[in-house]
Amino acid sequence: MLLDRTEPLIHALIFFCGWSAIFCVTAIFVFIFKEAAPIVPRLDWGTFFFSLDWNPVPGGEEPAYGALGLLVGTFSVTILGMLIAVPIGLSAAVYISEFAGPKIKESFKIIIELLAAIPSIVWGFIGLVVLSPIIQKLPGVYVGTNLLNGAIIIAFMAVPLIVSISEDALRAVPDSYREGAMALGARKWEIVYRVLFPAAKNGLLAACMLGVGRAVGETMAVLLATGNANNIPHALTDPVKTMTATIASEFGDAEFGGDHYRVLFVIGVLLFIITCAINVTSDIIVKGIRKKHG
Amino acid sequence: MGKAANSTGAGGMFTATSHDRRKARREGIAKWTFFCACLLLIVPVLAILGYIFFEAWPVLSWEYIWENPRNNSREGGIWAPLIGTFYLVLVSLVIVAPVGILAGVYLNEYAPENWLTRSINMAVTSLAGVPSIVHGLFGAAAFVFAAGLGESLLAASLTIAVMTLPVIITATREALNAVPMAFREACWNMGATRWQTIRTIVLPNSVSGMLTGVILEVARAAGETAPILLTGAIIFTPGVPDTAPDKFFPYYLGDQFMALSMHLHAVSTQIAGIDKEMQFGTAAVLILLILFINSFSAVLRSYLRARKKW
Repeated sequence: MLLDRTEPLIHALIFFCGWSAIFCVTAIFVFIFKEAAPIVPRLDWGTFFFSLDWNPVPGGEEPAYGALGLLVGTFSVTILGMLIAVPIGLSAAVYISEFAGPKIKESFKIIIELLAAIPSIVWGFIGLVVLSPIIQKLPGVYVGTNLLNGAIIIAFMAVPLIVSISEDALRAVPDSYREGAMALGARKWEIVYRVLFPAAKNGLLAACMLGVGRAVGETMAVLLATGNANNIPHALTDPVKTMTATIASEFGDAEFGGDHYRVLFVIGVLLFIITCAINVTSDIIVKGIRKKHG
Repeated sequence: MGKAANSTGAGGMFTATSHDRRKARREGIAKWTFFCACLLLIVPVLAILGYIFFEAWPVLSWEYIWENPRNNSREGGIWAPLIGTFYLVLVSLVIVAPVGILAGVYLNEYAPENWLTRSINMAVTSLAGVPSIVHGLFGAAAFVFAAGLGESLLAASLTIAVMTLPVIITATREALNAVPMAFREACWNMGATRWQTIRTIVLPNSVSGMLTGVILEVARAAGETAPILLTGAIIFTPGVPDTAPDKFFPYYLGDQFMALSMHLHAVSTQIAGIDKEMQFGTAAVLILLILFINSFSAVLRSYLRARKKW
């Protein structure tokens, strides 16, 4: 039969494709490290981590690669975004999983799925064109694209992820826990914060971590919404510049193989390591839960 | 969970104490707070989307979609970016769909429970979490420079393919996992080999789930900007033909191209003195496209689920 002869070939193909994910991750790792490597011994790391002087294309003088402003920018947008997203996301997940009736539950889930589908460039557009004029009306604000704007946009982008993972975590808590608490006379709200939160805390933590991972890596939205000014923000309404936005806006001007090009890859390597660590850790937490509850 | 716990405080055997009333009030407050969190999430976004469509309404027409951008995108329509997005999605899909589906088949049907499989799973997770701009850097280093493709449609499609690989793998795996084990066992008992079982029993019974994955890949690929910004998408290509047969084939694999997401980036930040309607029009078309693809996937999923025989 023809199939018998082709079968080993097909198996080889399937095995090869099965490895594709490992192959891709390794290739990403190798290529961005390879591009970053030549500057690693030459780069002044003290300046890189502790100086605000980011001036890769100076007129005549030595270029400076102080990335402190970019690091602070990324972390301030992330933290502020999470301060908005985590309470809203967890509350929405609790409502959808514990309080809502089946119809409201379905429609809310569909809308949140749609939110998750909106591309990041559209969020950036919303920040730049819709949110920015509103923020600019606040007293003492001189530019509408700033830390606050970026954080609100990031929050909206991270919330759907947080809601869906937290909802899974809450659903993974066995009903017997709820029934036990009810039998003791607890009301729903008491069940939520006395029983479900402690039981699902790992899953909820993983949801928040994934939200952080998304916020750190987000590019187009923050490029348009944060104002791209390299400084340490002193107020919520100061513009900031993030690591991702720096790569996106400067890569086109960086000469292939030049120092600037390589420093942008160094920033890419940092982003890669941070997000990988966050994602793998939260994945281990989520898998652990699944094992525990069967 | 059932609808219990109404007994406290509601007359009958029990009389409501002040303690019960306080509990009931707290319960009500908690419920409304959670509900408001949902509204806080949903209402502003729906309002903003409504506002975008309202502002875009004057330009939205078939001519807007059918015409090429003119005068550095200040006039005309969005045909060139739209067809660019179409080709980007198509080429990336041709590359990633077979690989991703076969990888899903491997992980669900062949992979033994060992450290190697665990590391493949971990690779899928990390790949899904890599920021899009890092994918862009990778695409630029690997495809544009190392492979010598230059900034081109092919380099951008390859980058998008790598980025969306985990989407397809995960969806395929879930779809295959939903096929009951008994189906396979029955087929093996008939003397079929492993691949024959997969080809004739497992794959046909999981087509719906795999289609969902493919459609999600399409939506993702159509919306991404950061990776293609670094690997081949440009703000304006003057050379796209205006007449009917040629305008469907404006780009070669080696050409730089326009894409809808990139076009939105360009009209909102790069082009001075552009009309507001052109910006909102582009945003509205992109949102409509993505929502259409996603709802198509949702409808398909529920239709096929309803038809399922087990």
